[in-house]
Amino acid sequence: MALRGNLRDFTITQLLNLINLASKTGTLVIDGVSEQAHVSFREGKLAYARIGKEDGNLASVLYKSNKINANQYKAIIERAGQMSDKELGLLLINAGYVSREDILLNLQSYFTDQLRRLFTWVEGIFRFENELLPPEDRINVRLDLENIIIEGSRQLRELEQLQDEIPSLDMALKFTERPLTNVNLSVDEWKVVKFVDPKNSMRLIARTNKLSEVEIRRIVYGLLQAGLVELVRPTDAPMPQSAKPLAPQEIEEKKSLVNKLIGRIRSL
Amino acid sequence: MQTVKMVVTGPFSAGKTQFIQSVSEIDVVATERKISSEDERSVKNATTVAMDFGRITVDQDLVLYLFGTPGQKRFDFMWEILSEGMLGFIVMVDSTRPETFREARSILETFRAYAPTPFVVAANKQDREDAWDLEDMGHALRLDKHTKLLPCVATEKDSVKTVLLELLYSILSEIDGK
Repeated sequence: MALRGNLRDFTITQLLNLINLASKTGTLVIDGVSEQAHVSFREGKLAYARIGKEDGNLASVLYKSNKINANQYKAIIERAGQMSDKELGLLLINAGYVSREDILLNLQSYFTDQLRRLFTWVEGIFRFENELLPPEDRINVRLDLENIIIEGSRQLRELEQLQDEIPSLDMALKFTERPLTNVNLSVDEWKVVKFVDPKNSMRLIARTNKLSEVEIRRIVYGLLQAGLVELVRPTDAPMPQSAKPLAPQEIEEKKSLVNKLIGRIRSL
Repeated sequence: MQTVKMVVTGPFSAGKTQFIQSVSEIDVVATERKISSEDERSVKNATTVAMDFGRITVDQDLVLYLFGTPGQKRFDFMWEILSEGMLGFIVMVDSTRPETFREARSILETFRAYAPTPFVVAANKQDREDAWDLEDMGHALRLDKHTKLLPCVATEKDSVKTVLLELLYSILSEIDGK
């Protein structure tokens, strides 16, 4: 039976646990809301991972981790563009730019980060392709999944707590009366703050900033805790029947009804 | 005959059933079941699984129904159904159990999302020594200054009446557009 389904029913943590226990070899392909992820395993261990357009080639991984500088990176792209990562790795080791350990540690760290990003995905269709192995021109790693699963479970608990705090992303945000001065915000927090407006639902803000549900919840939770924003119903949300403006006669009728109720409760 | 509805909601064991019982002219039609979870049983023995139902007859033509929601999250599918057409709602919070404040906030936000009707928050068990101060509760519940946070003792009829009246005053203000 093919291993396929929806992340809503089967979480990333559960999937990794299954792959680990069954010592599976192949590639987990996940079609997320806006990106596709490919995560490859050999005998239940993480071998390779990429999400979306970031293909995680060796040169970009080493550049991002400051193992090579911008000029070296540019030179590699220009001169060794057709080279496989394995060939490029050998070339860099022989030239004394990096060690074998540097390459492996940085790739492990990069693939683990990719996998961590997946833990924030709560929507998406997945399938496990037994026949699909990691790309041959890329260097594979061999990482135990246990620690990643433990970390993922922790994130899952955090997600559940965040969902308790902010149950619906269809609510909007508005600033409280506390002034937004002397506040140190991260880049992502600023991105959200920029769109704080009762017209914008949190879902819209997340979509605009390409933030996952967990990421937007985490940022909004921080802003709420700091007392900088509060949750409000979006101003352009469709009003339920009872909230539609009342005609003058209906207003008088409703007032009379409420006054009757007040009178009755007082007399209890 | 016209009927109007108010909903009493809040976390598990906040005192919703007791609140309705204190003012209902009929015995509350409760749907309580024995609690199976050991953790929850340490708080109380029975809980509401569908809804509580109390009644206050105003006159021959008007009846107020009070609906109490089940407090446990696993029954939250009932909330939206119960909130339909309500005049307003009351969020009950047990002032002595700060561990439930976060859930109370979540329930409050959920109901606000269902319907933009007026609401008040009732800080129940304010007669207990270990009850939190209203001001601290307001901060913990992240209530804005316009939200009414009222002291309440659900076993006392006068206290429950005050909460209901404050909700009705809020409804009246909203009709007047204040």
